[in-house]
Amino acid sequence: MSRPAHRRPEYHKINKDLFVLTYGALVAQLCKDYEKDEDVNKYLDTMGYGIGTRLIEDFLARSCVRRCHSYSEITDIIAQVAFKMYLGITPSVTCNNSSRNEFSLILDKNPLVEFVEELPAGRSSLCYCNLLCGIIRGALEMVHLAADVTFLQDRLKGDSVTEIGITFLKKLDERKYRRKK
Amino acid sequence: MADEALFLLLHNEVVSGVYKSAEQGEVENGRCITKLENMGFRVGQGLIERFTKDTARFKDELDIMKFICKDFWTTVFKKQIDNLRTNHQGIYVLQDNKFRLLTQMSAGKQYLEHASKYLAFTCGLIRGGLSNLGIKSIVTAEVSSMPACKFQVMIQKL
Repeated sequence: MSRPAHRRPEYHKINKDLFVLTYGALVAQLCKDYEKDEDVNKYLDTMGYGIGTRLIEDFLARSCVRRCHSYSEITDIIAQVAFKMYLGITPSVTCNNSSRNEFSLILDKNPLVEFVEELPAGRSSLCYCNLLCGIIRGALEMVHLAADVTFLQDRLKGDSVTEIGITFLKKLDERKYRRKK
Repeated sequence: MADEALFLLLHNEVVSGVYKSAEQGEVENGRCITKLENMGFRVGQGLIERFTKDTARFKDELDIMKFICKDFWTTVFKKQIDNLRTNHQGIYVLQDNKFRLLTQMSAGKQYLEHASKYLAFTCGLIRGGLSNLGIKSIVTAEVSSMPACKFQVMIQKL
């Protein structure tokens, strides 16, 4: 019994489906357990933080990223290498302020919400993908960068795109300054 | 594949999250296992639908179990079930000698008492998959020495 060759690529997609479906089941269970959206969001963020602190090791082992010298380089790597590696998408990066420590990742395609039609009734402030914010925050903290990561826009809530905002909290430039002296 | 790491970490976080928010005691432990199993059930149902969209019709129960052991397990855990045994009367035992979700945990008897928490989701996964293929079952797991484990499937004849 031979299998048709075109079935091979299916396996990779199913694998991603496993993660997406598990995440959906998790959010559904959390919605059942917690009444308030803020509690669910906070829980997802905490969970993501735990995952991020471990995922960074896996990421650094798999990719050969060199040392970064600026926040924009770091954000580029998150968008072009990390997201590509784990979710298969490449969000675009924009810088939000002149002091170069606030960035946005714009996701036009979000695989986590592939099977989500809309947020359940009464859950309008639920950040469905809050896990991602926690993961980024946890991973950055493990490389000694404190950052605030939140959802600025969310397609599920009616906005046109999904936007994740990263605000780096400590300035990298100060160390560079001292070295130049 | 990088996806595997993500799922592994998410699974571990889910397990620890469910247990963190529960109090101590036998009853609570059972409740947590049930919660995890139900989550696995939902995921299993969805997965098997996407997976068997283009496959041929299954001939009988044994064919379905072989599908679970080979294709399903390979896709989800990157390897096949090592041993399938049956008594041809509705009981199947699936043996995996190197279960992906336990390999990182220990290679022997250490943490044996915690192993059941990490198998509940997979039991639900199997049960959900079978349920959407038209088979009602009860799935349990046992571990005697990590990372090998056995899943026992009891088909419920309606």
